[in-house]
Amino acid sequence: MTVPDMGSIPALLRRNAQSFGDQPAYREKEFGIWQAWTWAEALDEVEGIALGLLSLDLQPGEHVAIIGRNRPELYMSMVGVQMAGGVPVPLYQDAVAEEMTYVLDHCGARIVIAGDQEQVDKVLEVRERVTGIEQMIYLDTRGLRKYDHTHLHSLKDLIAKGKAAADLKPVLQSRGAALDMQSTCVMLYTSGTTGKPKGVVLSNHNIIETSRNSSDFDHLGQGEEVLAYLPMAWVGDFIFSIGQAYWNGFCVNCPESADTMMTDLREIGPTYYFAPPRIFETQLTHVMIRMEDAGGLKRRMFHYFMDVAKRVGPALLDGKAVSGSDKLLYRLGEILVYGPLKNTLGLSKVRVGYTAGEAIGPEIFDFYRSLGINLKQLYGQTEASVFITQQKDHEVRPDTVGTPTPGVELKIAENGEVFYRSPGVFQEYFKNADSTAGTKDADGWVATGDAGFIEADTGHLRIIDRAKDVGKMADGSLFAPKYVENKLKFFPNILEVVVFGNGRDMCTAFINIDLTAVGNWAERNNIAYGSYQELAGHPQVLSTIQAHVEEVNVSVAEDEMLSGCQIHRFLVLHKELDPDDGEMTRTRKVRRRIVEEKFADLIAALYDGSSSVSTVTEVTYEDGRKGAIKATLELRDAKTHQVAQRMAAE
Amino acid sequence: MKDTVDSYVTADGRTIGGVMMEMKNITLRFGGVVAIKDISFDIREGEIRAIIGPNGAGKSSMLNVISGFYHPQEGEVWFRGQRRPSMRPYQVARLGIARTFQNIALFEGMSVLDNIMTGRLTQMKSNIIQQAIWWGAAEKEETANRERVERIIDFLEIQAIRKTPVGRLPYGLKKRVELGRALAAEPKLLLLDEPMAGMNVEEKEDMSRYILDVNDEFGTTVALIEHDMGVVMDLSDRVVVMDYGKKIGDGTPDEVRNNQDVIDAYLGVSHD
Repeated sequence: MTVPDMGSIPALLRRNAQSFGDQPAYREKEFGIWQAWTWAEALDEVEGIALGLLSLDLQPGEHVAIIGRNRPELYMSMVGVQMAGGVPVPLYQDAVAEEMTYVLDHCGARIVIAGDQEQVDKVLEVRERVTGIEQMIYLDTRGLRKYDHTHLHSLKDLIAKGKAAADLKPVLQSRGAALDMQSTCVMLYTSGTTGKPKGVVLSNHNIIETSRNSSDFDHLGQGEEVLAYLPMAWVGDFIFSIGQAYWNGFCVNCPESADTMMTDLREIGPTYYFAPPRIFETQLTHVMIRMEDAGGLKRRMFHYFMDVAKRVGPALLDGKAVSGSDKLLYRLGEILVYGPLKNTLGLSKVRVGYTAGEAIGPEIFDFYRSLGINLKQLYGQTEASVFITQQKDHEVRPDTVGTPTPGVELKIAENGEVFYRSPGVFQEYFKNADSTAGTKDADGWVATGDAGFIEADTGHLRIIDRAKDVGKMADGSLFAPKYVENKLKFFPNILEVVVFGNGRDMCTAFINIDLTAVGNWAERNNIAYGSYQELAGHPQVLSTIQAHVEEVNVSVAEDEMLSGCQIHRFLVLHKELDPDDGEMTRTRKVRRRIVEEKFADLIAALYDGSSSVSTVTEVTYEDGRKGAIKATLELRDAKTHQVAQRMAAE
Repeated sequence: MKDTVDSYVTADGRTIGGVMMEMKNITLRFGGVVAIKDISFDIREGEIRAIIGPNGAGKSSMLNVISGFYHPQEGEVWFRGQRRPSMRPYQVARLGIARTFQNIALFEGMSVLDNIMTGRLTQMKSNIIQQAIWWGAAEKEETANRERVERIIDFLEIQAIRKTPVGRLPYGLKKRVELGRALAAEPKLLLLDEPMAGMNVEEKEDMSRYILDVNDEFGTTVALIEHDMGVVMDLSDRVVVMDYGKKIGDGTPDEVRNNQDVIDAYLGVSHD
């Protein structure tokens, strides 16, 4: 249904203002009350912003940077930029001036729209190094009245100025008419974990088609409520809060401040909700801690009904048959426990919930699903306008990322890397033809950089690791260290894992215990320890870890493709892997190569069958001094499982 | 230069008006102890005025004289061109003078919102019966007051603790709530008794920003006592220095910094 007058976000806005102008488009909590903008009001404001930008001589295709927290006016500014013929470039608001310099310089923005004084100050600081910036617009006037206003404008004044200029209206009209599916909708910078950030150019076709497809997939409609709290510079927020919101015409709610997000979530009760695994994890921890403090009766009731929920909830969500008595118990639990709990979490109305970004722990995932919350996983990236695969209702599992979103084609390369082709595939990386060519081929197939496979019987995609980390073992079977490491890291006792086995005949692992969790356990069981090293080497700790490893081996063995990755031998490291020692990046990702070099003697011991090893390790203290710690580590064998029969049967 | 009564504009663009409050030859005694000895100084409209001095110099006593809590035995207090007679603290509050305390004085069991609402007391005109039955003027008044309080909550960025009982808050936030309550009275003159005592650097920076913003956005005149010299010198337009109940310096931060008496009082002098 690509009607010409729906070929851009501003066109969708006009349609919405016409079809349901009196329905809320935005809400923001301010001064303790939810303030709303209807679609008609939103259109009026967006037009005002567009006219204001024209009064600053905005040229077609010009980049306009937008920095700030999620606020309706900033969303409307993005659409205002589009309406005036420009391209919005939202930036991460918590970026320090240094990081901002690169992006502002790279996109060449002449006009910057900032949320408040903090952001204005940052841009002013950057301006000494970035020559392109000429005009700045701000939203929150606080603290800015005394600034030099020759190149600084408050959004309100700018709108008034734009509306007053009669000669700009025809210009706005012609700019709007020039927009079509092929014109650029937005440019989003990838966060840049690998090298410099890249500006991903997405067209109206990318955004609108993807929004349409994904909305159909989950039957989203005009009645949805969403809470916009994730960074505006992130592609997900752009799709949810602008793409899908404008396509369906649903209301976007903005929290009062970052700190009130949980309260606001509860007040709004979103029907469509997205959160990274970290948020679900924090919420669950809060619930568990508060339950431990609750009275005995409440606690017993909670645990009893949570057991029922674990057994019955996911089955009910998946539409499977459940016995009558279980159904009755679950209904009682809904009244006594699940309902109030979901209400506290602000999730009672969630019809479609998503988590993505990284692997989510199966227990966390199951906890929410057992409460009856339809939490699902999706797999996507900026270059795809988010959606590559999604889980269908009733086909949700913690270990897959679902089937391709309508319109997406998938293929798996020889080395296991996942490629996709879809209406959402980005146009190009801005000013970076080399990277564009390296990522997207002539036929439109895009490399994800992730390795995975499609399950033969269900068609679900499973992501196992970054493609560059995946290797082959000596017998030719697939080696995917992160897949196993993630499984182990879901145990609270285990903080970090490094699995070895590339080119070898078996897999082994280094394990770091989590001092908080294991220390807590030791305290409760009266196990005395004087140091991290002593606790890490305690035989009972080793036995606990061994049990975890063996449990993971069972689940790895179930997987035909990855059964070779079972851990045969492991040791618990005597020190925590630390960024100060160069063993991890500052964002706490293990540097495999450095760990392999530094602990070569330990790896050798894991493979030569010895039962203990003595070692000396250099450590760097926080003040930069260096020291050495000596340790004798016990090496343990873990039970592994045979799966050869199934391979042979094929 | 600044002894003239005319208003002037500071380097950062703020307008400082004429004299708002003048203390003339104030002497305050507690029994045989002389807390304040013959001190005179003024506070001008729109400025940030600091009172500093070593421990026991009489700073808090001075603030209590301004707020009407202590009545000096000698001397006169002039406010906006009129000699102020001895007043009870609530009468002073109605004049438009609000304060915070060195030791936080909030209602611990009440929410942040309710605590700040108490600051609106001087603005409420409906009587207790109207309020009890929520009728007529009381309802309208409450809405208007709540709106004002919400603006202060927004201004101080404490939305997330709006409904939290004050007793559960950390120290730095309590200080901010207390500032909120003082602001709720819409004061013309705001007295701050050691607003940054016991705070870490980040909290001090936040508080400094709020004080500057209050002065800037609402045009409120601020008189503050503070120990942190860095903060005082950065924030204030003029500084009074006290030592043993006497005034030993008065002027801009730079003038005070170079005043030999002040240096001696802070660093000590050798007696040989």
